[in-house]
Amino acid sequence: MKELIAKHAIGKPVTGTAMVANDGFSARYDLDRIGGTFSRPTHKLAGKSYVGKVLVLDTAKGGVASAWMLREMTSRGIIPLALVFNSVNPILAQGAAFAAVTMLSGFEGDITALVPDGVRVQIDPARRVLRLL
Amino acid sequence: MKLNEIEGAMRAGELGRAPQIAIEHQIQVGDYFGAADFVEVTQAHIMADTESLGEAGVKWLEEMALEDGGKARVRIPTITDPRGTDFAKVKVLKQPEKFLELERRTIAAFQKLGVSLTDTCINYQTIQAPTRGESVAFGDTGVVIFANSVCGARSNYEGGPSALSAGLTGRTPRYGFHLDAQRRATVRIRADWTPRTLNEWGALGGVVGKLAGNYWSVPLVEGLEGAPGSDAMKHFGAAMASFGSIALFHLAGITPEAVRLEDCGGDRLPVAHRVGEAEARALMAHYPADGEVDVVVFSAPQLSLYELRDLAKLCEGRRFVKPLLAVTSPQVKPDCDRFGYTKSIEDAGGHVLSGMCFYQSYAREIAEANGWRRLVTNSTKIVNILGGYGYRPMLASMERCVEAAEKGRLP
Repeated sequence: MKELIAKHAIGKPVTGTAMVANDGFSARYDLDRIGGTFSRPTHKLAGKSYVGKVLVLDTAKGGVASAWMLREMTSRGIIPLALVFNSVNPILAQGAAFAAVTMLSGFEGDITALVPDGVRVQIDPARRVLRLL
Repeated sequence: MKLNEIEGAMRAGELGRAPQIAIEHQIQVGDYFGAADFVEVTQAHIMADTESLGEAGVKWLEEMALEDGGKARVRIPTITDPRGTDFAKVKVLKQPEKFLELERRTIAAFQKLGVSLTDTCINYQTIQAPTRGESVAFGDTGVVIFANSVCGARSNYEGGPSALSAGLTGRTPRYGFHLDAQRRATVRIRADWTPRTLNEWGALGGVVGKLAGNYWSVPLVEGLEGAPGSDAMKHFGAAMASFGSIALFHLAGITPEAVRLEDCGGDRLPVAHRVGEAEARALMAHYPADGEVDVVVFSAPQLSLYELRDLAKLCEGRRFVKPLLAVTSPQVKPDCDRFGYTKSIEDAGGHVLSGMCFYQSYAREIAEANGWRRLVTNSTKIVNILGGYGYRPMLASMERCVEAAEKGRLP
């Protein structure tokens, strides 16, 4: 069982299926938050549902809206199970704290290359660990 | 995080439940980024359009306003980013009533909390620009990058809940751009071309943002001729923040922390990229301005008085066949009215809207209600955003945008 260690972690332990892309993330720019899909036509996950997935992406993009939007998405249950990034901006950390969403960021190496798409993963924020199951 | 006496009292609830909730949130964020302690801030600026908040966010704000027997108040000047509508122009935008009700509830909650509803994303041009070294908690990416880069102030991106928390506690966790080390240049870029129009400044900002790549990168750009004006810097920074999530840039010999290359560590960096007109045109080519147009939008950031002056001149003697929306702040709008700019724009068939921003105003719903898809604008920031809302955004100069409103199409 391979373990990847993050520099930063927040939230509760979760287990789920990874959805991986070497692309950015912004709740406002990239998502159809009502339908629960990636809506930006040029996004590598365009058209795919993010609901209940462990999203593994490169970095946070764009603006500050995600800080509110993650909680709003959580309130309707149209939310990823967890967020995993190479790097994040403060907005996603603030949003994860506000919405109680599990999030990891900062790894040795490119996390979007280290985690295969579709694999089951376990996240333990207290130990800052992502496990490939 | 190390807490001083007052911060400890806030955490213990001795100063009330609202500051306690606020500081607990701030400690979570500070711990995530390894902040050692808090830094006091002089102003907070809250992004809180209700499309972002939704019912859940509005309810949270209302609950905060009821804390401490309804007496919870911000401790420092705390202002707002654009709202999700201009109530005077609802018939133009055709936003559903349920969204307007969320706006009204949000306004009431902010007023109860003592927040000043300035409704502007150009507070550095209209309210009070921060000064070099001043720590603030600003909540719009364009505001943060301008404050950090052009003013030399210190702010991270503060999302709405964190900016309100800063207002309630008067401080923010000391990490990121509050630290000297984070403000050093990380990537050196040589510009072989100096933009002229605002959409060109935006395009170059977008190119730099994409090259720099993420929030923690600090691009140093050298080679620009002359000093860009405030509106040029506004579009340059807003686009850079939008495309790259960048919060601070330096312009060699221009911005306050890069008067000399060595001031920001630029002398130790090799030139990593050369950018010029070709790169900017390549970015613009992703948003080709041709063919039929449904709506013309000037927004994101809100227009300054001088942009409205230029726009008003271009509108004189024309008659628009397509809607033209020019969005500004409640501080600028009265002068726009007094100086006759509003009349020139609206006599041509356009609309001057106040206190909102186009993309923060239920852009998807107003597109459906009005049949707007093919949108032309001179804002590089907004073309980057609106693709995800179902628009076909087009980027052009202010002059070509006005022509498009008159002719209904772009040649």
